[in-house]
Amino acid sequence: MARKKIILYALILAVTFIAPFAFPNFGTQLATLWLMIIVALTWDMTGGQMGYNSLGNIFFYGTGMYVAALISIGRVYDIGDYTSAAGGGIFEFTDVQYFSGLFLGVISAGIFCSISAVLIGTLTFGLRGPYFAIGTLGVAIAAGELVSNWDWVGGGQGISLPGYPGHPDTGKIFFYFLFAAVGVSVFVFVKWLYGTRFGSAINAIRDDEEKADAMGIHTLRYKLITWAMAAFFVGMAGGISAFQLLHFEPLETAYQTIFLGIFMVVCVLLGGKGTLWGPVIGAILFHLFKEVTWNYFLGWQWVALGALIVVTVVYFQDGVMGWLMHKRPEWFGIKVEEKIARETK
Amino acid sequence: MTAIIEVKNVSKSFGGVVANHEVSMTVNSGTITGLIGPNGSGKTTLFNSIVGYHPIDSGSIQFEGKEISRLSVQKIARRGMLRTFQQTRIYGEMNGVQNMLISLPHRKMSIWDALKTYTREDYEKADHLLEFVGLYEKRMLKSGDLSFGQQKLLEFAMALMNEPTCLLLDEPTAGINPTLINGLIDRLKLANSEFGITLFVIEHNMRVIMNLAESIYCLAHGELLAQGTPDEIQNDQNVIDAYLGAH
Repeated sequence: MARKKIILYALILAVTFIAPFAFPNFGTQLATLWLMIIVALTWDMTGGQMGYNSLGNIFFYGTGMYVAALISIGRVYDIGDYTSAAGGGIFEFTDVQYFSGLFLGVISAGIFCSISAVLIGTLTFGLRGPYFAIGTLGVAIAAGELVSNWDWVGGGQGISLPGYPGHPDTGKIFFYFLFAAVGVSVFVFVKWLYGTRFGSAINAIRDDEEKADAMGIHTLRYKLITWAMAAFFVGMAGGISAFQLLHFEPLETAYQTIFLGIFMVVCVLLGGKGTLWGPVIGAILFHLFKEVTWNYFLGWQWVALGALIVVTVVYFQDGVMGWLMHKRPEWFGIKVEEKIARETK
Repeated sequence: MTAIIEVKNVSKSFGGVVANHEVSMTVNSGTITGLIGPNGSGKTTLFNSIVGYHPIDSGSIQFEGKEISRLSVQKIARRGMLRTFQQTRIYGEMNGVQNMLISLPHRKMSIWDALKTYTREDYEKADHLLEFVGLYEKRMLKSGDLSFGQQKLLEFAMALMNEPTCLLLDEPTAGINPTLINGLIDRLKLANSEFGITLFVIEHNMRVIMNLAESIYCLAHGELLAQGTPDEIQNDQNVIDAYLGAH
């Protein structure tokens, strides 16, 4: 069993490494797939494992973009001058400035988003169920509107960033591996986390928070830390996206509540909430579906996507993993165990 | 005998409804104490006040000699006083073992401890207690799929896992079939004698409570009606009237 798993993981890693070279034309799509996996896995930390359906995780994506961009620009130029030139000024970045700005910016984006998660969480974790979802959605929408009126950071026009200092194809592979590195880290991290006492504490909060309170679990502390951890990774993903996209604006790229903000939820529902592999499988299926409809049913792509969301929410709530768990419970160790089994153990 | 819970003149109203009025009672350490009364007499409200679910209007509640009437539910639980619920509450999506493991005491657990995995001893303790309540065979099943009676037993085992000094049980035998009830009474008594847990029990089943408790308090219309040993309570005219509805 353990050996099978090692082979499986080795295989996945190998595919991860080979994919961008085997399909060079799909470099950006593959990078986006990793982005979907990151946001789905982190959404599931609160949504699936802790029972707090946030519609505001996109806030961390957008904020991560801005923090990463502003930090990397601010180290070299005056931010006001840079943004008021709106990409028209000649603002060159040396290779060292570009890469050090990128790494520093992406890490700071993660940290900044973690801190904001704690602050926003303190205000919103009193809300339950749909109220939490709407409350966090409100935060994301408000942030987008506020930023789009803030001229110092580019206002509604957004920010343009310097391009990758090298061949564009190398750039594609570079960003692919950045996303993949974060994605693999998220997966390894949550896989470990869900096996700890921390993991079972957040599961307890999901199943019955009042009971968890009554058993003496520090519920608010766990909720804040979980969201802060999710925000850290989403913030970093946002930061990487900022550099990959070259240009972003607040409402439809950064705080894109109706796009990525909803997609991440659909990915998790499609794959199976509250499972380790569900969000990954969901993200892959969703991304495939999206790319196929965008390419072959152009004009109808939003209709198809809407239909997918409706079908998932109405008929397939437990997702792929939930369906498997229902059909093959013994694969997941769900069974009545006889006493004899224990004595031979 | 020393008092572990000391309730003094506690009053609690919800709007115009007086749920508890000047209620005083003492639960002695290491004993089993019963709390009875007709429906709506304020038993669960009193329990909720003790474990910190809502602030009380006046009076004082002490646990192990310290005032707890202003503490939150979590803090009181971490001090070693737990309650079970009338409508059984377990973590439905998790299996029996997971339910048990998460119930380990959080008193001394820091956030760094939380990042550790469970030890072999934790699993053994969980298995042992699941066996104690007779749920060992079903421990890998999703606990939300267990029957109501089994969920009640699981909730009881979870409470024991938490190593409380005092356990407040809200109708532990409600909805459990008569055969299982006898087993449950034995286990409650064992929890008291073996693990030294003080029990404070709300119960409607007179046979159970008379069997179980050493002293009993009776509430009616939010006020303390009678107190005494099971024999005294059984022969108290006020208690009989309250239950039969005479005025």
